[in-house]
Amino acid sequence: MRGSGALLGAAGLAGFLALCEAVPRLGVVDADYFPPAARVGDALLTELGDRSFWTALGDTLTGWALGLSIAVTAGVLAGVVIAVVPHLRELTASTVEFLRPIPSVALIPLAVLLYGTALRSVLLLVVYAAFWQVLVQVLYGVRDVDPVAEETARSYGLGTWARGRYVLWPTALPYVMTGVRLAASVALILAVTAELVIGAPGLGARIAVAQTSQAVPEMYALIVVTGLLGLLVNVGARTVERRALAWHQSVRGEVTV
Amino acid sequence: MLDVRGLRKVYEASGRHVEAVRDLTFTVGAGELVCLVGPSGCGKTTLLKCVGGLLAPTAGEVLLRGRRVTGPPPGLAFVFQEYGRSLFPWMRVGENVELPLRQKGLPRSRRRELVAGALRSVGLSDASGAYPWQLSGGMQQRVAIARALAYEPDVLLMDEPFAAVDAQTRADLEDLVRGLWRQRGITILFVTHDIDEAVYLGERVVVLSASPTVVREELKVDLPDPRDQLTTRVEPRFAELRTRVYRQIQAAKRSAEPGPRGAVEKDTDAPADQAPSAT
Repeated sequence: MRGSGALLGAAGLAGFLALCEAVPRLGVVDADYFPPAARVGDALLTELGDRSFWTALGDTLTGWALGLSIAVTAGVLAGVVIAVVPHLRELTASTVEFLRPIPSVALIPLAVLLYGTALRSVLLLVVYAAFWQVLVQVLYGVRDVDPVAEETARSYGLGTWARGRYVLWPTALPYVMTGVRLAASVALILAVTAELVIGAPGLGARIAVAQTSQAVPEMYALIVVTGLLGLLVNVGARTVERRALAWHQSVRGEVTV
Repeated sequence: MLDVRGLRKVYEASGRHVEAVRDLTFTVGAGELVCLVGPSGCGKTTLLKCVGGLLAPTAGEVLLRGRRVTGPPPGLAFVFQEYGRSLFPWMRVGENVELPLRQKGLPRSRRRELVAGALRSVGLSDASGAYPWQLSGGMQQRVAIARALAYEPDVLLMDEPFAAVDAQTRADLEDLVRGLWRQRGITILFVTHDIDEAVYLGERVVVLSASPTVVREELKVDLPDPRDQLTTRVEPRFAELRTRVYRQIQAAKRSAEPGPRGAVEKDTDAPADQAPSAT
């Protein structure tokens, strides 16, 4: 079953590449703006041999990873505090609902004003976008604590700290994982966007340079790289999720009695 | 050992005022196995949570070894009806049993000993590495009992622990509890809505009224020990006792409903119909 699925997936990808190759060659679209897949492939290989490409990739990943870590740490801490301290949730709910939908890109002018094209500009946007993803999930997760589990822990003399560690945290973990997975994807989008628009060093800035210098195949090659990054991020996050939540009903398979 | 004096619990929620328990007084001696039985919704769980220090009573007090219970006291273990929610699905069976011991600050070797001993007592020595959700319902409840045993409590509170398992498993678990009680000399307060179970298990049965709850009757169960699922349940004395409890419960239900009180005596069932159902 799984093998045939992977085979079909590979066949679909090959078909898509063939289409991208054929369409510009048949003259359906202008090959200057939509080069055939083979030329994009060539450009990609050239990029891979270029040291400055790897520097750009490193810059993008640094912004992504740093921003994501800050967002996850802050989101988890804020979420737990808001959920645990009485009345804090009600107090913050409307503010969160107001701040959360603000698109991070709307903060680009602010970021430029504050930090120019430095890494901190990228971080501001990445953290802002990713933070809410984590926070909202943590808030849901903490609310999901089973009263019976909580009472069991209390009746066996587990204090606040121990209940947090052995009951609250494992209960919230599936939600946290979902939040991290969503945040990881959003963080990548924002990292590339920030580089593209602000010109902070990274893959986004390199795409912008390729575009202005009419290096169309190179531009596509870089876009493919960002796509692959997104794919890797998602696969990685799912793997971590599966490992950490082997006990959870969304991961565990058939129950063996 | 355990004194419940004038216990009253009123729930106040969004302007609603619900008196779950009105006035309860009873005692449980050291090493005694007492069953609390009452009509469904009569505040049994509320009572048990007050005894276990999980809920603060509105009035009255609970004394354990002469000391007033204000929070979950050490030396007291709880077995809940909802074993599936009471065991932590993120921990293996062994870890579930061990967690309360870690909180007690016992050294690792002692913890291992207690965990292994408790699992052996409930016949689950091989299940230590499994996750609770990989086990059947009856096995899960046995894990919960093992967790309580490993804790080495003086007092064990059981809140309808077998209400959610099938009849055959239930009979096995009843015998398990009787056996453990005899072996370890723990004081057990066992709440159930099942009259047969109360009479079969208990040394004494406390019959509660409908909510708001008071004690209707306390009944000594003078059935011989050890008890046996086949022979005990067909003894004439067993039938007598269960009939008496049954009448009390029926009367409790009647008096809870608005209507003529005279109907109480007439409506009780004959004992012959209630042959033991469990095998």
